[in-house]
Amino acid sequence: MKVLVAMSGGVDSSVAAAELRREGHEVVGVTMRLWGGESDTGCCSVSDVDDARRVAQQLRIDHLVFNFSDDFDTHVVNPYVEAHRTGTTPNPCIECNRHLKFDRLSQRARLLGFDAVATGHHARIERQPSGVWRVIRGADAAKDQSYVVHMLDQKELAYTLFPVGHLTKAQVRERASELGLRTATKPDSQDVCFISKTGGRETFLGHRIPFRAARVVDESGTELGSVEAVEMVTIGQRRGLRLAGGAPKQFVLDVNVETRTVVVGAETSLQLSDLRAERMMWSHEPLPIGSEVMVQTSAHGATQSALIEEVSSDTVVLQWREPQRRTAPGQSVVLYDASDRAVLAGGIVA
Amino acid sequence: MNGERARLAYLDHAATTPMRETAIAAMAPYLADQFANPSGSHRFSRSARTAIDEARDDVAEVLGCAPGEVVFTSGGTEGDNAAIFGAVRRHGGVAVCSAAEHHAVLHCVEHLGGVVVAVDKHGVINVDELQLALDNVASRGERVAVVSVMAVNNEVGSITPMRDVARVVRGSAKGAVLHSDAVQAACWLDVRDIVTVTDVVSFSAHKFGGPKGMGVMVVKAGTTLEPLIMGGGQERDRRSGTLNVAGIVATAAALRSTADSRATEVVRVAELKRALVSGIMSQLPDTIETIPTSASVPGVAHLCIAGIESEALLYLLDEAGVCASAASACASGAMEPSHVLQAMGVEPRYVQGALRLSLGHTTTEHDVATAIDAIVHSVRRLRHQQ
Repeated sequence: MKVLVAMSGGVDSSVAAAELRREGHEVVGVTMRLWGGESDTGCCSVSDVDDARRVAQQLRIDHLVFNFSDDFDTHVVNPYVEAHRTGTTPNPCIECNRHLKFDRLSQRARLLGFDAVATGHHARIERQPSGVWRVIRGADAAKDQSYVVHMLDQKELAYTLFPVGHLTKAQVRERASELGLRTATKPDSQDVCFISKTGGRETFLGHRIPFRAARVVDESGTELGSVEAVEMVTIGQRRGLRLAGGAPKQFVLDVNVETRTVVVGAETSLQLSDLRAERMMWSHEPLPIGSEVMVQTSAHGATQSALIEEVSSDTVVLQWREPQRRTAPGQSVVLYDASDRAVLAGGIVA
Repeated sequence: MNGERARLAYLDHAATTPMRETAIAAMAPYLADQFANPSGSHRFSRSARTAIDEARDDVAEVLGCAPGEVVFTSGGTEGDNAAIFGAVRRHGGVAVCSAAEHHAVLHCVEHLGGVVVAVDKHGVINVDELQLALDNVASRGERVAVVSVMAVNNEVGSITPMRDVARVVRGSAKGAVLHSDAVQAACWLDVRDIVTVTDVVSFSAHKFGGPKGMGVMVVKAGTTLEPLIMGGGQERDRRSGTLNVAGIVATAAALRSTADSRATEVVRVAELKRALVSGIMSQLPDTIETIPTSASVPGVAHLCIAGIESEALLYLLDEAGVCASAASACASGAMEPSHVLQAMGVEPRYVQGALRLSLGHTTTEHDVATAIDAIVHSVRRLRHQQ
């Protein structure tokens, strides 16, 4: 097969390319130039492109750079800013996968005559006896990234390869060392690529939207204090609220940017019995009401059992088995099968 | 490499052109036995110094200036930087350039907070706008330190009438240094005409068949610039650094050979360009020739092809053995959207499908035929699938 492998300059995609090469595929590496602004967190930087290119040279495969920075601004950066302005908590890495890696890049790959696109994600893709494609959790439970690639539909799943999904991270690093790849000991990227470590989220957003002060109130509406930027407050947050000490721990229960109000209360008040998600993408067909699913609401969070209470074309309401802490609107929620192995669907918390 | 090159249609001469045989032959002895530093005082040095002096005389003759006005540099970028920073640091005042300049000029002017003047639809500086800009600076009580206008645009190949630019600058910015980036002019125009009307001109050797890492800057007598690179003062204190003997003799040989063959090459390559452009345009609707042939150099054919993306086209062309380009690449190697086409006001749907095919001394009819086939086939494929 002729495979286009997305190479970020990290160890996983380096080994992904190496694995494909070892399997005898015709492999071309590509690094996407996504963020045109300042950055010091790694991803997209010139030094990462250098790493990707050097690895490609070592593997004797061609290496390309595609400039998708306009699409990245449109589909990832601008919505990220807009989400904060409207008081939700976005997940830009998921939007990047949705719009860049598994849309823009795979479209380009098809156009150029590639048979598949590959990435270094720790997840697996399986075709079930019924013919349905599924994303399966990666072999390394601690590094599993099925959550961030949940949006792949049948068409994209049939066109995508995750060559390191069956390996543990330790095995990936071992293979990279064996091959003498310069990325073998490179640390994992942790942060949002377009936000610098020095300035952080606050500086990034501060340059793009006006911050507005907000009242901090308790559940009965009694004013307890204020915050300088309601746009920086997230549900479940405990620190940075500038509340008087000594009192029981207070958590953000709700954020209303319109009325500029932050409601705080005890942790128990964050517990909810159900969760509503919108913009649902089912990888195959929606499950019927009453089905049991395992639910993950953050990239490395534990999964919890729930029942499907309501389901429509793009919405789902889940009834938790046990009450769960509220998830901030804007975050992604991913549904797995009852065995917690295969991705069934994903959406955005309403 | 020769075998591989024979199978490729190399149409990226504006990025770099193969070294001329005369240049390779000229530099070889100075990479081997004749290794001396020409600034020394022994016999080895004297021999190297002779080679430099002869090269400088040769270059001066081709460029139509005095040998003492020739400064050897590391390339076009250094010449551009040296002219702009050198003028501003020595004389003070405002730097002015056109919006379609190479980044080696544009980024210097922007860095200095200078004035960027609009271009016309061919990417040529609008002289009325230039006049206005110079008057504006004067009306603020400031002086113009330097005006930098490229002789030939590196992306689209349009030719600037430097005489008209000079008239405006001499009339409205007395004492200002007039600089021209003539990097893309050397192969196609009689550069003496540019040197005559300007104060400082920069050239890059690898664009005319010399080695990379070499350039020539003409600094006319009476023009003073603060040096960019200080040290031993080897180039009459206008530039320091041990002279690159091999590079300098190769540059002179390449420039001489370029000038000697220019008249016939201009005719030959213009014919190839006509065939290339008409071969493509007759088969691909919704394609524009960005600059009409009459207003551009023979070496650059720039097309804007609607309904495709340059990056995708370049990949398919590369696969088909055709080496071409779109706009300039950033440090990561990614194609940047062209500031030149934006400044020219080209419609976005055409900007997306920009394609620069640049021809040179090794281009053949076979290259042109290969390129036409590959481009037509690739564009049809991309348009069909999109």
